[in-house]
Amino acid sequence: MPPVIHIIDAIPLSTRDRESILHSLHQIFGVSVVLSNKQIDIQKAFDTGRNQHNSTALLSQLLRHEIGKTDKIIALVGVDLFIPILTYVFGEAQLSGPAAIVSSHRLANRFYGMEDDVILHRERLEKEIVHEIGHTFGLKHCRQFECVMRSSTYVEEIDVKHLHFCAECRTLFQQFINDLYDSQG
Amino acid sequence: MKEQSSILIIDDERVVRDSLTKWFEEDGYIVGSAANAADALRLLQEQKWQIILLDIRMPGMDGIELQPRIKQVDPSALIIFITAHASVDTAVQALKAGAFDYVTKPIDPDYLSHLITNAIKQRNLQSENLKLKEQVAEFSKADEIVGDSPQMKKVFEMINTVAVTDTTAMIRGESGTGKELIARAIHSNSGRRYFPIITINCGALPEGILESELFGHERGAFTGAQYRRKGKLELADGGTLFLDEVGNIGMKTQMDLLRVIETKQFSRVGGNEIISVDFRVICATNKDLEEAVRAGTFREDLYYRLNVFSINIPPLRERKSDILVLADYFLKKYGQAMGKTIETLSPEAKDVLVQYNWPGNVRELENAIERAMVVGKPPCIRPQDLPFQLSEKNAMPVSGSLASMEKIHIVNVLEQNNWNISRSAEILQIDRVTLYNKIQKFGLKKP
Repeated sequence: MPPVIHIIDAIPLSTRDRESILHSLHQIFGVSVVLSNKQIDIQKAFDTGRNQHNSTALLSQLLRHEIGKTDKIIALVGVDLFIPILTYVFGEAQLSGPAAIVSSHRLANRFYGMEDDVILHRERLEKEIVHEIGHTFGLKHCRQFECVMRSSTYVEEIDVKHLHFCAECRTLFQQFINDLYDSQG
Repeated sequence: MKEQSSILIIDDERVVRDSLTKWFEEDGYIVGSAANAADALRLLQEQKWQIILLDIRMPGMDGIELQPRIKQVDPSALIIFITAHASVDTAVQALKAGAFDYVTKPIDPDYLSHLITNAIKQRNLQSENLKLKEQVAEFSKADEIVGDSPQMKKVFEMINTVAVTDTTAMIRGESGTGKELIARAIHSNSGRRYFPIITINCGALPEGILESELFGHERGAFTGAQYRRKGKLELADGGTLFLDEVGNIGMKTQMDLLRVIETKQFSRVGGNEIISVDFRVICATNKDLEEAVRAGTFREDLYYRLNVFSINIPPLRERKSDILVLADYFLKKYGQAMGKTIETLSPEAKDVLVQYNWPGNVRELENAIERAMVVGKPPCIRPQDLPFQLSEKNAMPVSGSLASMEKIHIVNVLEQNNWNISRSAEILQIDRVTLYNKIQKFGLKKP
C-alpha cells in the first residue's frame, strides 16, 4: 500500500489555501493526501509560563491516532509553538516517524509588524509543511539554499527556499519510496 | 548534506536532551546524550565528540566541575555551557574555565544554529592547524637525522621511546655526532613540540653569565643590568630546555640547576619573586661524567637527576655504512642550495670517504661534501674534490719529521688543485713565491 498523508487542519485554513496545500503535497510527494477529521486538543499543550504551546506535547497527541503503517499525519495549527530548549519553532517532526506539526503563527507578516500578504503566507506555510513531512520520510536538513529541506530559523530564510526538493533530496526521497515498495513486495 | 559532525548533550532534564537531540539529528549531526557526569564520561571514552553542550546545573557533579574532566579525556572538545539563568558570574566562570561559549535556556533557534556552525568551523580549523603542524614536523624531521646503520636504527628507536615520555634524557657522543639534532628530534616528537626548545651552551659561558642566562635577572641585579631579563628557564616554559655541554657547568650553578629541576621553581638573579616553570630537560655531553663525579667536579646528585635515560651516539667511524648515506644526503642538500647538478660520487671518491676515519664525525663529513660541491664539477664528485687524500703514497704518516709532513701536505694540496699554484698557495695560506721555493726545496715535479 502506498503511504497516505493525513492532514489535521486546526488553523483553520481558507478553502483556497487548503486546496493549494493538498494539490502541492500531492504533486511533490506523489502520494494520496487527505483531510482528516481526527482532532487534537491544542489547549492541553498550553504552557502558562511561556504563553506558548508545547510542540512536542501536540506531536504526542498525534501519535495516538491510528493511521496506516506507512502513513504520515501532520497537524496545522495557528498557535505559537515551542520546544523546551528553544524559544520557538515553526514546526516539529519525527525523523523517519509518522507525525509532524506546523504552526502558521510566525509565518504571517503581521507577526513582524508588517502588512499581511496572503499569498506569501500560503507559500511559507506550504514550504514548512513539505519540510516537516520531508523529515518524516527520513530527509535531514539540506545545504542547498533553495531546497525546501534547508533549515530555516527565521521567515526570510523560508522565503529564499523553493517549494520543492533539490536533486539530491529528491533522489533520497525516491529511494525511500522505492525501499518502501520493495519491503511490501 | 553536511559532514557527520558529532554533538554530545549533557543535561539532567530529559526533555532538553530529547528536544536538542531531535533538533540536531534533523541537521544531520551524530547526536549522543547523557543525563549525568558518569554517563557523559562513559560516552566520551567510547567515541570522540566534536561539540559538547553541557548543562551548568546538574545534581551530583555539575557542569563546571565536569568540564575539566571532559578536557582530560579530550582536550580538543569544544564545550558550550547551557544555563537556565544567565549571569555575568556564570558566563565569566564558564569562559574562564575554557568553554567555547554559553547559551541561556530557552535558546533562540537561529542563535543556536549559528553557534553550532561557528563551533564546528572553529573545531575544523583547530584540527586542520594541528594536521598542518604535524606535516611541517614531518618535513623537518626528514631533514634532520640521517642514518641506516643498525647502531643508528637503535638510536631512532630510543628517540621514539623517550620522546613520548617526559623523562630527562642525556645524549652522549663525540663532538660532531649531532647531539643537538637528537635533542631536537626528541622535542619535536614529544607532547611539548608546540612549545619552544631552548638551547643553552653551558661550555661557552663563564659561570656568572651562565647563571644569568639560565635564571634571568632583575633590574640592578649587577652592574650593567639596566632592565629585567627573562632567563632561558622561563623561555622554556611548556617546552624543552637543552643543556649542551652540561659537563662544563661550575659547581655553584650545578647546585642551583639541581634545585630548579627538582622543584620547577626559581627566582631571577637579584630578585625574590618565585617563578614556576614547566619544562623537560635534555642534556648533552662529550665528557666522561662518571669520571667527573669521581673527581668531584660534577655533583653526583645532579648526575643521577640528569642521567635518567641515556642515548649514546656512536662515532661515524663505528658505523661506516652511514657514511655514503650521509654523503648522498649532503650532496643533495648542497646541490639544491648551490644550484649545482652534481648528483653522485665517483667510485674512487666513495672509497676515500669510507676509508677515512672521520675524527670530526658527521660535522666533518658535511663540511667535506660542502667543500667538494664548491670545487667539484658535474657529473660527479671525484677524490681530488675532497679536502683530503687517502692514497697510500700521500697518506699522512703517524710519526715523522715536520719537514716530511710538510712535503706530503704540499703534494696533496697541489694534486687536489691540479698543480694550480695560485689556488694551492691560497689554501696553504702562503704566498706564491714561498710555494715555488718549497716545491724547489722538496724537489717536487708536476706529473
